[in-house]
Amino acid sequence: MELESKLLPTKEAVKKFVNDGDLVSFGGFTHGIPFALGHEMIRQKKRNLRVCKETPDLLVDQMIAAGCVKHTIFSWAGNPGVGLLHAFRRAVEKGVPQPITHEEYTHFIMAARYFAGASGVPFIPISAGVVGSDLIKHRKNLKTMNCPYTSKKLCLVPAINPDIAVIHAQRADKEGNIQMWGIFGSNKEIAMASEKVIVSVEEIVDEEIVRRDPNRTIIPGFHVDAVMEEPWGAHPSYTQGYYDRDNGFYIEYDQATRTVEGMEAFLNEWVYGVENRREYVKKLGAEKILKLMVKPYYSFPVNYGYYG
Amino acid sequence: MKKKYAKDYTLQELMVVVAARELRDREIVFVGIGIPQLATILAQRTHAPNLVLIYESGTIAAKPMRMPLSIGDPTLASGTAGIYNFIETFSYLLQRKFIDVGFLGGAQIDKYGNINSTVIGDYEQPKVRLPGSGGGCDIAALAKRVIIIAPHEKRRFVEKVDFVTSPGYLDHPEAREKLGLTGGPSAVVTTMGVLRFDDATKEMYLDLYHPGVSIEQIKENTGWDLKISPSVKETEPPTEDQVTLLREKIDPEGYYLKR
Repeated sequence: MELESKLLPTKEAVKKFVNDGDLVSFGGFTHGIPFALGHEMIRQKKRNLRVCKETPDLLVDQMIAAGCVKHTIFSWAGNPGVGLLHAFRRAVEKGVPQPITHEEYTHFIMAARYFAGASGVPFIPISAGVVGSDLIKHRKNLKTMNCPYTSKKLCLVPAINPDIAVIHAQRADKEGNIQMWGIFGSNKEIAMASEKVIVSVEEIVDEEIVRRDPNRTIIPGFHVDAVMEEPWGAHPSYTQGYYDRDNGFYIEYDQATRTVEGMEAFLNEWVYGVENRREYVKKLGAEKILKLMVKPYYSFPVNYGYYG
Repeated sequence: MKKKYAKDYTLQELMVVVAARELRDREIVFVGIGIPQLATILAQRTHAPNLVLIYESGTIAAKPMRMPLSIGDPTLASGTAGIYNFIETFSYLLQRKFIDVGFLGGAQIDKYGNINSTVIGDYEQPKVRLPGSGGGCDIAALAKRVIIIAPHEKRRFVEKVDFVTSPGYLDHPEAREKLGLTGGPSAVVTTMGVLRFDDATKEMYLDLYHPGVSIEQIKENTGWDLKISPSVKETEPPTEDQVTLLREKIDPEGYYLKR
């Protein structure tokens, strides 16, 4: 009997697996931010999402501006290497276009919350500076305790188990085994902490390619609900070995979205104005694409050994 | 051999050189982009060849082929010695106490070295909403020491921060210890001088003033009555070799060292 395929086009995967009101965790840490999937959520007018991502980046900023988000959970809400996120700021400071609630932590605490969620325990203890930070006054769910073994002061962080993890990676086979290299962020942890997982990849490859290099797998196919091929699916962020980060795009976005009108124009042009990622890439244009493509720099094959 | 001091250098270059002097060989440094990154690379190419650069994104002992423009730049991954997941970076490296030095900056810094990068004004009704902690609070608590880098401005150097994002010495000399925190800020490198912390009071004091800057000017640009070290002196300028390295090898495109 044929193995079950997890292949599903982006549009259908978002329709089938993302529900209004879901707690959605986005993967990527500067590297591999799932813009193709996030844009599709905007086009499908998903509403009242609670969104968690250490660094919301431009993607969550756009989803806030588009009215998809009612709550954000994060640890650093800025435009990496550039400055601030304007839609996020407008929503938090002025309630424009609508108020959002937010819940912030430190990077370590976010990572630890995912790790606890992925490990199936209700919390984990960490040594944390948050005990000396004003943050702890605003986060009633962070507790402290003295270690029962050493009496050292510890911070307890609760597990987080999102409804769905949304991730972009380099490659997968059609069973949904996801392989990634470069900067991982919390991709493995958010996937294992979440109920459902959808992943866009640069390439769907033969099962043999995955199985010849199993150490590169970050999420096993049995826990992936849908996988789809979306070349350039992380632009303007990057996919290691496939294309570079479009730093100019991040700078232009900063300039273009300082007003509500500018933000709307941006969404109309880059999200609502295209049907899918293929059109988006066409819109980016050949010149930009060539500029962002990266010269190959291969690793050497390793020998796993044939134990047949 | 007598050092040949540079006559032509910018303030940014001076800050990089001063920050580099704070680093010792074989230390493991949690780097941020901009001045911290340049200072660490400069130290690595001069007096501290065995420094290990670790970026928050999990790249270990990175050897970037071009100037990284963010802490998650792909050039940090290609050719690096190893890459950890986010949770591994913060637990195996930082919490496990492998990090000797962390660099931090912030919108507000107070006399005990507490840093605010969260909000200006009230937390619930902020005048300006800033990015937040990121790894700042974690680094402030778990690195063995912290070097703060910041422009020296009165609105930035305030008596009390609006919000403690990353704890320095909090509000009294034993406050950190009571919370079980070790380490703490060791130096503040600004556009005007170098400040350190009194062993007994943990209050920031002026240790060095940059060439061309007066102590009076520094006091005027600090939001509290800044104490001055009895042995205060002028900052040693960069050497010609250091400036050449920065301009020709480390940041030849002038990404961070604009001239």
